[in-house]
Amino acid sequence: MANVSSLQADLLGRARWRWWEFVIWPVAFVLPFVTPSHALMINEIAIVALFAMSLDLILGYTGIVSLGHAAFFGFGAYAAALFAKLVHPDPTLGLLFALVLSAGLGAVASVTILRGTDLTRLMVTLGTALLLLELANKLDWLTGGADGLQGVVMGPVLGLFEFDLFGRTAAWYSLTVLFVLFLVMRRIVNSPFGATLQSIRDNRLRAMSIGVPVVGRLFAIYTVAAAIAGVAGALLAQTTGFASLDVLAFDRSADVMLMLVIGGVGWLYGGVVGAVVFKVLQDWLSSVTPQYWMFWIGLILVLLVLVGRDRLLRPSTWFGAGRAVRKKGAQA
Amino acid sequence: MSAAQKASVASAAQPVLSASGLVMRFGGITATNNVSLQLRPGARHALIGPNGAGKTTLINLLTGVLTPTEGRIELLGEDITRLAPHQRVGRGMVRTFQINQLFDGMTPLQTLALVVSQQRGLGRKWWQPLGRDLAVMERVAQLLETFRLTDVAQLPTREMAYGKRRLLEIAIALACEPRVLLLDEPVAGVPAGEREELLQTVAALPSDVSVLLIEHDMDLVFSFADRMTVLVNGTLLTEGTPEEIANDPRVREVYLGHGEAAHE
Amino acid sequence: MLTILFDGIAYGMLLFVLAVGLAVTLGLMNFINLAHGAFAMAGGYLTVLAMQRLGIPFLACLPLAFIGAALLGALLERTLYRPMYGKSHLDQVLFSIGLAFMSVAAIDYFVGSSQQNIQLPEWLRGRTEIGDGAFLLGMGHYRLFIIAVCAVLTVVLQLILTRTRFGSRLRAAVDDPRVASGMGINVNIVFLLTFAFGSGLAGLGGALGVEVLGMDPTFPLKYMIYFLIVVSVGGTSSITGPLLAALLLGIADVAGKYFIPKMGAFTVYLLMIVILLWRPQGLFTRKGAR
Repeated sequence: MANVSSLQADLLGRARWRWWEFVIWPVAFVLPFVTPSHALMINEIAIVALFAMSLDLILGYTGIVSLGHAAFFGFGAYAAALFAKLVHPDPTLGLLFALVLSAGLGAVASVTILRGTDLTRLMVTLGTALLLLELANKLDWLTGGADGLQGVVMGPVLGLFEFDLFGRTAAWYSLTVLFVLFLVMRRIVNSPFGATLQSIRDNRLRAMSIGVPVVGRLFAIYTVAAAIAGVAGALLAQTTGFASLDVLAFDRSADVMLMLVIGGVGWLYGGVVGAVVFKVLQDWLSSVTPQYWMFWIGLILVLLVLVGRDRLLRPSTWFGAGRAVRKKGAQA
Repeated sequence: MSAAQKASVASAAQPVLSASGLVMRFGGITATNNVSLQLRPGARHALIGPNGAGKTTLINLLTGVLTPTEGRIELLGEDITRLAPHQRVGRGMVRTFQINQLFDGMTPLQTLALVVSQQRGLGRKWWQPLGRDLAVMERVAQLLETFRLTDVAQLPTREMAYGKRRLLEIAIALACEPRVLLLDEPVAGVPAGEREELLQTVAALPSDVSVLLIEHDMDLVFSFADRMTVLVNGTLLTEGTPEEIANDPRVREVYLGHGEAAHE
Repeated sequence: MLTILFDGIAYGMLLFVLAVGLAVTLGLMNFINLAHGAFAMAGGYLTVLAMQRLGIPFLACLPLAFIGAALLGALLERTLYRPMYGKSHLDQVLFSIGLAFMSVAAIDYFVGSSQQNIQLPEWLRGRTEIGDGAFLLGMGHYRLFIIAVCAVLTVVLQLILTRTRFGSRLRAAVDDPRVASGMGINVNIVFLLTFAFGSGLAGLGGALGVEVLGMDPTFPLKYMIYFLIVVSVGGTSSITGPLLAALLLGIADVAGKYFIPKMGAFTVYLLMIVILLWRPQGLFTRKGAR
């Protein structure tokens, strides 16, 4: 008879916290204190890491190829900016507002990704983002149009922590939000719900045939992913003090996908790793060749795919067969 | 009569699955032409017919992958004709696929844990890790044992041998606790060395599950079934016990062709 | 009103020529090539540079653009695209976006980021007007030229597909590459020639489009969505599907920008999303096609 407790141990082992996780998170929180000059960079990395993880939920775990995830990021950014300017400058309230609104948009948009092939889904996600971009452009009385929404002044976080010039409060604020939402996403992906998402990714027909309500799951995860992306966008608007059209641009959707691919799809930390690598790379390349950043990104993408995403070393494979968090590259 | 006896009399009377007058038209083609089928509780029913007879179409109609142009399907006395596929699974109608439909990115352990959780209504739980529920895991251990998958339980599905993949295919279906099990060519493509394992598992299916088996392997069909339906060109040719079917000249004609002498 | 229809048709036909290569690539190799616009851009810039630097007349540039883009396509197919055919759609998307990014940056580096202009020959400038009032049909000569060229190309394409041996090999390879190669059809050559031809057409479209669509380094990214719309709405199982989709798109875009200028491209995107929701396989696909 198969040993029930060893079977349990295998499954639960995948969800367990690894030793290095107890290291990197405290280090991340200490960094803005240790290197205040890099606080703004850390803030940016935290924000895009959150954005990338939200994309991973739908791309890596559920297999939905989206070229328009920036739609929710940008929507959240504008929502938070407008809330701060027109209603109340409290950051947490603004965050909640952006979360709820982005979730709503995600719920509506989820209708578009239920049916069709990969190409169709690519099209409708791209189209949705372009649609929002157009809207933001045309509704310039609300969004500031091409000039963007300036002068977003935020109140102190939780009424206590003022945003400082160095950006340390911003970095801690973003890191905290990132960590909290990371905990939520971690629970989701390791749960039975998360397993049903992976079943939809691997074989939608079979998922249906074991009783998984595919439509309901897609609706749910798309809404959650949109909400989290919206929070990331809100963080950006709140910590930088403005929102402009490029939060909705195709570049953003492509960049976040690249981050995820670099870091590893189907693995939450892939978003973090990808964000760090991407931002550091971007910073370095911009100082070397300011205009032609796009070329190098393109080259990296091409090489990455030619070499093979699965052949890249990923930390998740370093820890031995039985205990590793085994995430395979998503089959889109 | 005791309550149990009354219940068994009642259930013996009422079919578990009842399809009546099923018609499926695609444009100009009639893939299924007025087919009716009934499964008793505990049935061991085989569906045979030449290639292209519409057997898989019929399965797709029963499971809800296709919506019939006409006709009615009842499961345990309730009309399920309009129900979505995943809802029918919840009511106890489960199928296996002729070509393995597995979750290549997961291990058999993960797969079965997922299926059992989903079946028990835990598929929406997002806070607890998969594997926490002891009752679920006990059932998973049981299934792994029954289907001789314990030794490959932690192997990624895509690395498993074909025979084992086929066993997993059926294990998944059983994990759904079916009342009606539709097996679509379970031994298709299984290498000779692994067929025995599979055949024994099929023979040992619980007696309260009604099974509809599609198969080309006549040895398996005749050893397994107590009742057979013959489908030709989407139409029901005949139905009866294996002896009746074996001796039916029309069936022989379908398989051996017009005017050819039967080489016995 | 009629002028808008006319302009829309011209725009649509141009989009068709630009996008038909993408439709065939997708239908044939099941490959999502988001860098298709780069070949159009290649043809466009070839034309601009040939006219500006070498003084080659416009008409001569058109076949030049076709051949140049076709050669580029053949080269890239053989070296970069071929290993990608079996990969997942996500991989193909990432790969082709990468190529598109590289092409955008490369052109920006070598030629600069400003809009390129060409001088059309005398006989292509000007406009003829027929009728009056609401039924005024204003036909720009250049747009007439575009319609004529594209119409001829469409007919030629259809003839190639249905009347030549290559055409039947192509259709066989689209339906089932393994069976086709089992029948002795060299699927690799078919793929190569088709990809090159499709890229060449894109290049020709790019050359024709310099005047009406504009040409700058962001061309591949700007118009990518339009090509994709043509292909996903029109389907990949015929020539007429993308043609009709392109015409529909052209007319909708021109009409939308005229009647509701505030909304601009918004109407096109909305229309696309609605159509794809209603018929995910495309408006004009035959049942069962990819």
